[in-house]
Amino acid sequence: MNYNWNWGIFFQPNPMGTGTYLDMLLSGLVLTLETAVLAWIIALITGSIVGVMRTLPSKGAYWFGFCYVEFFRNMPLLVQLFLWFFVLPEILPKAAGLWLKQLPNAPFWTAAIGIGLFMSARVAVQLQAGIGSLPRGQKMAATALGLTTVQGYRYVLLPMAFRIILPPLTSEFLNTIKNTAVAITIGLLELTGQARSMQEFSFQVFEAFTAATILYLLVNAVVVTGMRFLERWVAIPGYITGK
Amino acid sequence: MKHFRSIGLALAATFAVSQAGAQELTGTLKNIKDTGAITLGFRDSSIPFSYLDDNQKPVGFAMDICYKIVDAVKKELNLDKLEVKLNPVTSATRIPLMANGTIDLECGSTTNNAERQKQVAFTNTHFLTASRYVFKKSSGLKSIDDLKGKTVVSTAGTTNIKQLTEANVEKKLGANIIPAKDHAEAFLMVETDRAVAFVMDDILLASLVAGSKAPDDYAVSKDAFSKPEPYGIMLRKDDAPFKKVVDAATAALYTSGEAQKIYDKWFTAKIPPKGLNLNTPISSELKNEFAKPSDSPNPDDYK
Repeated sequence: MNYNWNWGIFFQPNPMGTGTYLDMLLSGLVLTLETAVLAWIIALITGSIVGVMRTLPSKGAYWFGFCYVEFFRNMPLLVQLFLWFFVLPEILPKAAGLWLKQLPNAPFWTAAIGIGLFMSARVAVQLQAGIGSLPRGQKMAATALGLTTVQGYRYVLLPMAFRIILPPLTSEFLNTIKNTAVAITIGLLELTGQARSMQEFSFQVFEAFTAATILYLLVNAVVVTGMRFLERWVAIPGYITGK
Repeated sequence: MKHFRSIGLALAATFAVSQAGAQELTGTLKNIKDTGAITLGFRDSSIPFSYLDDNQKPVGFAMDICYKIVDAVKKELNLDKLEVKLNPVTSATRIPLMANGTIDLECGSTTNNAERQKQVAFTNTHFLTASRYVFKKSSGLKSIDDLKGKTVVSTAGTTNIKQLTEANVEKKLGANIIPAKDHAEAFLMVETDRAVAFVMDDILLASLVAGSKAPDDYAVSKDAFSKPEPYGIMLRKDDAPFKKVVDAATAALYTSGEAQKIYDKWFTAKIPPKGLNLNTPISSELKNEFAKPSDSPNPDDYK
């Protein structure tokens, strides 16, 4: 390979005048984390609601949940973001479309909401599986105690189901972080975006992407460790997920 | 042991002589001689420099220049036949593919600047382009100052977005600058009124306008954000013998007036696949460059 390695590049000033190349990557990392955390909050909330709907006795609720999941799960994330960002404002009434387009930080909000909704379908399926894996007797016992459906979910089913699906939720969170890289297609300069900018300016491709890889790995290691602690903290002795 | 070495030396000497007295080939030239093939990297949508026509065959201004270089290499190496391989590249892959030897020349619209010369080499400049902006005629923008407080888009990672950012600070424009992933997307932002202007190399803007749904709706600004910057055909760094051949070939092409003909074919006439005409006559700077070919990355050298 006839490649001129230059690891010192990270400490050289970047041409945007915003500090060094490393600063550029770190600002991308911050944006990645902001997008991922907001998306994950949206995914958890909507995903839980839809997941519960898919297990309710009501046929209507089940069908709504079914359609929601199939809609968001079966389209590539890349396509979805493109639709939300470029197509949605065009089919809205002109004034609303224009407002949406001129929103400050439009790529950030589109990316966070778009990735959040995409991941929510996956969270919903996880939660549905978690609730489905509980013995049927649990629901009956809740009813027998005189709890309403809402109370049954609140005090019996959900606390159990969420403990069971905590490990798969960890991977979904990791996926959310990694999926933010797709936001580069709508102009969000997150970590991958900044690595690409750095490569275009300096032509130091391998250094830029090595740094991005390491940063992604570090973030994900932190998340995995944190989730392990969370799992241990919420574990109840004697249950499937406890010791 | 000593004996063996002298035999080795004798053998080496015989080889050297049998190579018709030519100096030992190294680097890219040796590779081309050994494999009987040269690989050109092309871009799939860098109109009119290097792009795919309706037969999915790469064509363009830079491709024509590269084929002239191939002829020169063939002559230099005394080959009867030189196979030309074509390899698609993007802005993200052109450096790794050049470094690992997959491509020998990159024929496209790559800006030659000092920072990039730390990584690769460029032959004589084949085009000069300045940063300007495209806008909808209906928006009535006249000069850079009219961009005050407006949303302006440019492509992430380009020198153009850097110049735009600098101008924004210097002229206190207070414009909202948004980066786009590529030129097509950036233009789409202007088309859909997400941004009022798109700052890019003027020639790329001309081709985007020519290819758009309503070319008459758009105009490219007179005001420029930069001096004309050089485009060069990229080759591996530290390969002086190959660069010498390539430089000689491009210099001969440019000074002979043949380059002007190739230029007219791509910039002032209808080009495939859709019969667009970019209507961009040669600039005085480029004319001077063709008269005195240069591989300098410094825009000040092209006046």
